[in-house]
Amino acid sequence: MKEKLMKEKYLINGRIIDPKNKIDEMGGLIIDSKGLIKAVGKGVSNQNLPSDAEKIDLNQSILMPGIVDMRVFVGEPGYEYKENFRTLSNAALSGGVTSVVSMPNTNPVIDNVSMVDFLKRRGRDKSRINIFPAASLTKNTDGKQMTEFGLLQRKGIVAFTDGTKTVQDPQLMSRIMSFASQSQSLIIQHAEDNILSKGGLINEGEISTRLGLQGIPSVAEKIIVERDLSFLEEYFCKYHVSQISSKKTVSVIRKAKSEGKTFTAGVSINNLSLNENDIGDFKTFLKLSPPLRTEEDRLSLVEGINDGVIDVIVSDHKPEDEESKRLTFSQAATGASGIETLLPLSLELFHNKSIDLIKLIAAMTSKPAQILNINKGNLDKGNDADLCIVDINKPWVVNKNELNSKSKNTPIEGRKLQGQVLKTYVKGEIAFNRAD
Amino acid sequence: MATIKKLKAVKFNQNHLLGIQDLSFSEVSQILEEAKAFIKLNKSSSKKIDLLRGKTQINLFFEPSTRTQSSFELAGKRLGADVMSMNIVNSAIKKGETLIDTAMTLNAMHPDIIVVRHQDSGAPNLLSQKVNCAVINAGDGRREHPTQALLDALTIINRKGKVEGLKIAICGDILHSRVARSNIYLMNMLGAEVNVVAPKTLLPHSIERLGVKAFTDMKKGLKDCDIVMMLRLQNERMHGSFVPSPREYYEYFGLTPDKLIAAKKDALIMHPGPMNRGVEIDTNLADDINRSLIREQVELGVAVRMACLKIFCKKN
Repeated sequence: MKEKLMKEKYLINGRIIDPKNKIDEMGGLIIDSKGLIKAVGKGVSNQNLPSDAEKIDLNQSILMPGIVDMRVFVGEPGYEYKENFRTLSNAALSGGVTSVVSMPNTNPVIDNVSMVDFLKRRGRDKSRINIFPAASLTKNTDGKQMTEFGLLQRKGIVAFTDGTKTVQDPQLMSRIMSFASQSQSLIIQHAEDNILSKGGLINEGEISTRLGLQGIPSVAEKIIVERDLSFLEEYFCKYHVSQISSKKTVSVIRKAKSEGKTFTAGVSINNLSLNENDIGDFKTFLKLSPPLRTEEDRLSLVEGINDGVIDVIVSDHKPEDEESKRLTFSQAATGASGIETLLPLSLELFHNKSIDLIKLIAAMTSKPAQILNINKGNLDKGNDADLCIVDINKPWVVNKNELNSKSKNTPIEGRKLQGQVLKTYVKGEIAFNRAD
Repeated sequence: MATIKKLKAVKFNQNHLLGIQDLSFSEVSQILEEAKAFIKLNKSSSKKIDLLRGKTQINLFFEPSTRTQSSFELAGKRLGADVMSMNIVNSAIKKGETLIDTAMTLNAMHPDIIVVRHQDSGAPNLLSQKVNCAVINAGDGRREHPTQALLDALTIINRKGKVEGLKIAICGDILHSRVARSNIYLMNMLGAEVNVVAPKTLLPHSIERLGVKAFTDMKKGLKDCDIVMMLRLQNERMHGSFVPSPREYYEYFGLTPDKLIAAKKDALIMHPGPMNRGVEIDTNLADDINRSLIREQVELGVAVRMACLKIFCKKN
């Protein structure tokens, strides 16, 4: 394929933030004719601008690496009516997300090599973002037989997870971790003991008692994390807890990390920004897994990001059509759309002084990239110019009808946010421009 | 036809009766006052009035029910409404129709009031958002059963004169009980002191936050109580999943004369039914006409439901 050359672009007069390279300074960035980063930092300014280059004035907005979202559900194949690659791509780009890890909970499940080819082809043809597919840990996510970690990895699978499900069988889990330690595979666990959470709909506590909904105790999460961390002592593999929700689990992870265990953990922006009180009068859009918990739990998650106990923030973008949500709380589908509001909602935590801006951005760029072992989420010279330009102060109100995702199940409808993505570049080309 | 005297109306904030939590003190008082008037009517030889003539009442019961459904049916008929009871077992809902679609279908028939019982907490709330008529909750999941609590309050008032200042113990499977929740809200609102008594496995998380004291020792929980409300323990919860056995449950949590001694001498016994004799209550106590209000509860249930139908049907 002939490489098409483009004009060099000079993005100047911005606040450059690149957590990986510890850059936070006023300056610019040069995108070369192949769409790669040629130079970055305070050295790039109005003064050294060649006359034939395309000049883009950032007007002091933030320029940061495109976001790497480690937990995204796309409806292809099987649930195209909820989200397809094209709509996911549009939604992601409007939120500054340029790379996603797609979950394997499709129909059929991403559990064999032929599915990976399909996924990569569709992703490449229909979307402009980088799709890093995850395959399931077990065949058909049944929790009975492990998938072909080696062969799938060779095809480009970056991680293994049963997505919305947890491997319950401890014997199988120990073997998975044992095998993965030899194949160097990244294992991502959605931590929830199914027997303890059986029938549960929301956090177990005062709200579940009042609403008469069966509760999910936080120990259901903690017990799986504790179990897996015990296995980690025996079988040292690359292990990541997908998204945690409770103070108890934060404590377990903090203790394990302080004892020198090497593993990583994530949190969904929903659990970081909302709590169980937001469920109000049976709002099914806030039926999530893991469930929203108490304010005390939420604060401990914020603290977890601040002290590095939690490594990444994910959108846990799970598009659900209206029909799946217009049901009684117990019948309604679980999950919320969130990829396009991931960054703006995170910025709320910066504006209310909960989390430092650089830490926040690192948790969505350099850290997930490092865990996934992909060369994304940074502004290294010579890398694809996947960029996100943000006005961190711009106020706006979430309106589900203005969302790009095919499904409109946002948990934060009507919320006033501060900070919006202005432009998103993928491989040096502008892929989203709010001004258009 | 009999007549019924007019009461000064209170303005109701709600168009629906979804739970005690949504009602104010004056609204509860209004319902109870209206109900008192119907008690007399129900004892007279001519029980039917035409207050709701021309009105259509649909009973939509997704869960099997004998007493609540027949109580609502009778209440509607005595007020002169056309009452239709939907048999869900044979209906489209069993074939996969959603609650909202059912609501839209029923709505097109222009009912004036829908009485709904559903196994899912919050189902009546969802229904009420989609129909143009009033919705009365006849029990949703574990959440609320407002008319049961109202009839319990009326029964207590009928015997004790008032609820205020009384000490009430609610005993048994609190975890799964909508009756317990509605009664906790209502008895607290009316000024009673409420204890709940249950084994730990059947006490909901943070139950004290609802304004009750929780006990796992029945004698302590019944101490100085004026009213002892017993709850049903369902069969599937008796054998090892929540309690070891019916025998063990009866030993520690069944209402027996020796435990009742802890309560006040004139303490009265209530039960929303259906009862498990010998599991949660001693059979002689259940039948003791001096202490048991169980039959009276059923009787006053009709009056309370007539009051609710009258108030909420008229509203729309």
